[in-house]
Amino acid sequence: MNELAIKDLLYKLADDQLILGHRNSEWTGFGPILEEDIAFSSMAQDKIGHSLAFYTLLQELGEADPDTVAFTRNANQFHNSQLVELPNGEYDFSLIRHFLYDNAEIIRFEMLSQSSYEPIAKVATKLKGEVKYHVLHANTWIKNLGSSTEEAILRLQSSLNEALPYALAMFENSKYEQELIDAGVYAGEEAVKTEWLKRIQAVIDKTDLKLPDLATIEPKFGGRYGEHTEHLQPLLDEMAEVFKIDPTAEW
Amino acid sequence: MYGGGNVFEATKFDDVQVEDPAKLEEFEARIARGEKIEPTDWMPELYRKQLIRMIEQHAHSEIIGALPEGTWITRAPGFRRKMAQMAKVQDEVGHAQLLYSAAETLGKSREQMLTDLISGKSKYSNVFNYPAFTWADSNIISWLIDAGAIVNQMANAKGSYGPYSRALERICAEEAFHLKYGHDAVVHMATGSPKQREMIQAALNRWWPPIMTFFGPSDKMSTHTETLMRWKVKMASNDECRQQFLDMYVPKIWELGLTVPDPKLKKNMETGQWEFTEPDWDEFKRVINGDGPCNAERLAVRRTAEERGAWVRRALLNPKAKYVRPLA
Repeated sequence: MNELAIKDLLYKLADDQLILGHRNSEWTGFGPILEEDIAFSSMAQDKIGHSLAFYTLLQELGEADPDTVAFTRNANQFHNSQLVELPNGEYDFSLIRHFLYDNAEIIRFEMLSQSSYEPIAKVATKLKGEVKYHVLHANTWIKNLGSSTEEAILRLQSSLNEALPYALAMFENSKYEQELIDAGVYAGEEAVKTEWLKRIQAVIDKTDLKLPDLATIEPKFGGRYGEHTEHLQPLLDEMAEVFKIDPTAEW
Repeated sequence: MYGGGNVFEATKFDDVQVEDPAKLEEFEARIARGEKIEPTDWMPELYRKQLIRMIEQHAHSEIIGALPEGTWITRAPGFRRKMAQMAKVQDEVGHAQLLYSAAETLGKSREQMLTDLISGKSKYSNVFNYPAFTWADSNIISWLIDAGAIVNQMANAKGSYGPYSRALERICAEEAFHLKYGHDAVVHMATGSPKQREMIQAALNRWWPPIMTFFGPSDKMSTHTETLMRWKVKMASNDECRQQFLDMYVPKIWELGLTVPDPKLKKNMETGQWEFTEPDWDEFKRVINGDGPCNAERLAVRRTAEERGAWVRRALLNPKAKYVRPLA
């Protein structure tokens, strides 16, 4: 198996989860109700824990240790989709992003748990049970709020429209896409996307929300290879603020 | 994270006299026997009022207390600290949730308590009106403020009101982990690079005066605690808590090679009591009444969170549902 292809995949998985975990953690103390405050914090802890598991696999393949990789790279070295780096905005945007992201992530984890590359298969099998709860949380809230007040429906619809160009770019193909598929690592991003559409459509159908015509949407590609919005670098600077006071110190 | 001691000065005890003497006697006998009072049991109005106030202040202290440390979640250095800091602050928010439920059993809704917090009507632990300037400040809070909270809360867990006492038992179990986490972080700083040692000493210097006020004014200055003690609402005096805290933690601070910024601090071996520079109670009163370095900011954050989340709560509200008090 081409090691570069595996590393490329691992970076994408790890960076998505680190950055979304970081964003989720920003809800601590600010949630619309205490229970949501706590839920977003739980998901943040899971996501960052998952990113650590994938950075650890990278370290086993010869990359630097997880702290160095996570806390010292610049934005143009990150492989996350732009969706996860966008600011939290209001709760409706955070919830829609969580819904769109986790419904894709669970599919990726399901596929990877069957992967021909055993280290990834093991990690994905272990973690997918946690992602299942993230999906359950997102879908429950979308169903509840998406068929409640006019105000809530309008907010969610507008956030859905805003997030979709970024969400579709989660499926940006890897340079090694065909290789990964041929080697049985997983079925590839197109396959994830097809299944994702089915699942999010099924949830949205139970609400008063509408999925816009995706053919008219231009995905915001580029995140997988270092092209990011202006929001990522400040997030990384904040994350590394203490770490960089003395990168050799034990904190 | 709550040190108590803020609440008692304004209690008016005249109301006790209007209670049915037979019921009052039975109530006091139950407490003397060590029984717990449950939400549907008879209780004097003053007991109810005082407990709502106390549990509510405790709950507010948890969510406001999440803010100074919360700002360091996104800046925590390295995976280990980042994950622990998140879990720790999440616990504090969880404590607020538990405590609001406990207070609700006495008849005040969470929504009303939050409204009173934002309007400035209800208080919270005064230490959170001080800023956490650096990562080291956050470590000092995790260690010493949580340590102080445990001293107070372990005492109050033996109190007479069932739902509060049970909530406190669960909270103390979690706070014990916070204390270990905070201590571990401080040890790393105090035994780390010169820069880290300088950061942690500076943070201790900043936090020592607020820590000394954490348990509230000296018993000489608070009045009317006798009834509250008899009813097992207040379980230990402010001075007792402060002495116990000093006994447990000053040696641990010294052990790390850190200094406490109070030249008068020492244990009097004859009396067994710690002597220290009297905290500035005028400043304490000024800050608790709104004029501290962070009061406005803390309440503004809470207000913004409430306002931004109002549409979610409106959407969740079922107009046909009848409000039911939790049983805790």
